[in-house]
Amino acid sequence: MSAHSHSESHGHGTMGQLMIGFALAAILTIIPFFLVMVDTGLSRTALVGIIMGLGAVQIIVHLVYFLHLNSSSEEGWTLLASVFSVVILVIVLAGSLWVMHNMNENMMPMPDMDRHMEQMRSLQSQQG
Amino acid sequence: MASEPTTQIVETISPIFGRLTLDWIPYHEPILVGTFSAIVLGGIAVLALMTYFKLWAPLWNDWVTSVDHKKIGIMYMILGFIMMVRGFADALMMRAQQAMAAGGSEGYLPPHHYDQVFTAHGVIMIFFVAMPFVTGVMNYVMPLQIGARDVAFPFLNNFSFWMTVSGALLVNISLFIGEFARVGWLAFPPLSGANYSHGPGMDYYLWALQIAGVGTTLSGINLIATMLKMRAPGMKLMDMPIFSWTSLITNVLIVAAFPVLTATLALLTLDRYLDFRFFTNDFGGNAMMYVNLIWIWGHPEVYILIIPCFGIISEIVSTFSGKPIFGYRTMVMATACIMVLSFIVWLHHFFTMGSGADVNTFFGIATMIIAVPTGVKIFNWLFTMYKGRVRFEVPMLWTIGFLVTFTIGGMTGVLLAVPPVDFQLHNTLFLIAHFHNVIIGGVVFAIYAGVTYWWPKVFGFKLNDTWGKRSFWFWFVGFYFAFMPLYALGLMGVTRRMNMYPDAAWQPYFIVAAFGAVLIALGIASTFIGFYVSIRDRKALAVGSDPWDARTLEWATQSPPAPYNFPEDIEVVGREAFWHMKKTGFKWSGKYAPIHMPKGTATGVLISAVALVFGFAMVWYIWWLAILSFVGMLAIGIGHTFNYNRDYYIPSDVVTATEAKGATA
Repeated sequence: MSAHSHSESHGHGTMGQLMIGFALAAILTIIPFFLVMVDTGLSRTALVGIIMGLGAVQIIVHLVYFLHLNSSSEEGWTLLASVFSVVILVIVLAGSLWVMHNMNENMMPMPDMDRHMEQMRSLQSQQG
Repeated sequence: MASEPTTQIVETISPIFGRLTLDWIPYHEPILVGTFSAIVLGGIAVLALMTYFKLWAPLWNDWVTSVDHKKIGIMYMILGFIMMVRGFADALMMRAQQAMAAGGSEGYLPPHHYDQVFTAHGVIMIFFVAMPFVTGVMNYVMPLQIGARDVAFPFLNNFSFWMTVSGALLVNISLFIGEFARVGWLAFPPLSGANYSHGPGMDYYLWALQIAGVGTTLSGINLIATMLKMRAPGMKLMDMPIFSWTSLITNVLIVAAFPVLTATLALLTLDRYLDFRFFTNDFGGNAMMYVNLIWIWGHPEVYILIIPCFGIISEIVSTFSGKPIFGYRTMVMATACIMVLSFIVWLHHFFTMGSGADVNTFFGIATMIIAVPTGVKIFNWLFTMYKGRVRFEVPMLWTIGFLVTFTIGGMTGVLLAVPPVDFQLHNTLFLIAHFHNVIIGGVVFAIYAGVTYWWPKVFGFKLNDTWGKRSFWFWFVGFYFAFMPLYALGLMGVTRRMNMYPDAAWQPYFIVAAFGAVLIALGIASTFIGFYVSIRDRKALAVGSDPWDARTLEWATQSPPAPYNFPEDIEVVGREAFWHMKKTGFKWSGKYAPIHMPKGTATGVLISAVALVFGFAMVWYIWWLAILSFVGMLAIGIGHTFNYNRDYYIPSDVVTATEAKGATA
């Protein structure tokens, strides 16, 4: 295997790009902390939603600025592989949530399995 | 709840031997003692013969430590065939049991034993027969087809293989030390959880699959990198032979799906070892989540098995029809469609678990849609044969057997994709018949076709025709005798995994099925006799490098190919590179540069051996050994990074001499 020559411009990004990435990552980290530490009056659900959204943006920032994901590196294979991974992840996560939610909805109501089992056991011992 | 958790058996865990005691050695079971004695005696005989013929050094240097993708491919196939015998012995035992145990008779296998047999049969046939077969063929053929010297990471390839062997060995050790799981091949909790599967059997299952899974995943990464980075100059992706395309897509599926299996089994391991509650009935666990997750891996897995087989069939149909494959582009697209669709059908394995009509409808329709690209392939093969000069050599016989049998299996699959039908047939023998119909009719027949087709490439001589035909006809007819009765039984409502049944009216069907299994046994015997006879008569069966008038690049090499595959880089033109070379009268230049090659290493086999010890220690709670072996694996791996003696050059005069020798053969 021949050793690849690593040039500054290709593959590893410039100092400027890295600094942009660093700044974006820092901002995207500070905002959630700020939202949680300062009483903003937002509802809990909204807060969780915003933080998750910022997390998703953070992932993209990391991929683009630190892992140099773009359509030209490695003949586009890195981008294609990433898109495929995201598609599979979305299918698996969304699919599992949908399937499991649906099953739970269709189950007989069992609010508290532990207590339920205890009751069954005491009933059985009384009968026995 | 139907049953109480079984009361925890209080067992003493010795600091030295963990929970392993002499009671776990099944010396009171005559069948096992007999098998064990036979293996030990056979083993001693083999060891003695090897010492007598001084084969130890060649075995170690040329095979065990080899990083040559061709050697590793052959070793995968040997592993597959050996484990097929083991898995098939399980199948014969089950067929014999069910042929006897009707109307009050209990047969000869008690439930405790029978449950281990069907679990071992499933685990072995999928993970240690079908997977090594497809990985072996991909390993051998794909780098040759794309004009590469080896795979991208030759050491990793060797390591992957030995990890698979370690997993297989762990399953086999369970036969003589302890027991195997009694939970079915996918080990659904809560049955496989700590409360219901207390002994070491379930832990053998977990660690065997985890260890083998490391090998499979790494091998997937390796082969993808090979295809993306190491194609011959001029070969575009859309120039790759169909088999290489199907290999690429299979390995993408492996890399995408196997981590799900690893994670799911890891969660179950946490449940069992550290009292976690992911899949338990109580404390917020949800066993249905395991079923959901394992099938997210499990459905792509069946495509991982069959897609390379589609590739094998494509190559054979094209070669023996003397035509390029019909609809190359649609073949690639259909395979890519299957790749994505295989991830959105997993719920069809558990329609009956309690999803609503909307969920079941979605997955039912998705399953029916996936039959479309598969159908496209069938028609492509038919159109390739249409108006071709089809030569009915043995590989083509297997291919015809494949086309007929796999299509029937596919259609019963579409039947099962209809949720209301599935509610009738779920977990009946109809299902068993269906998936054997696609796995035997699909994977096994295609692998046999591939083995017969590429054998002359691998060894330089053809397989004996007569025994090849016997093997085919026994397998083909045997399959229909063994599994058509199961369709009928399934429609009568006979469920899977029963070790006895009250209704004597079912018995004739089971007897016919057992007869079919005997025919298949004759087919397997014919295969091995065929191998023996062909190796014995190899001088008479010797052929040149292109015995079938083939079209793809692997046939441009010598048979068997030299360690470096191709003496020099070739500029590939178009899809059927070798066909083009033959048409244009290609000649090697004769002036070769020294060839840079990777050196063999024992690191892979050493880490895998220690991994086997680690798995065994974890199964038996021998904590000190587990820690020691885990650290040992890391140490050997890190030590290997300091090994700079990794490559060598084959001098140009050696290359010239090797090529001259090949030309006269």
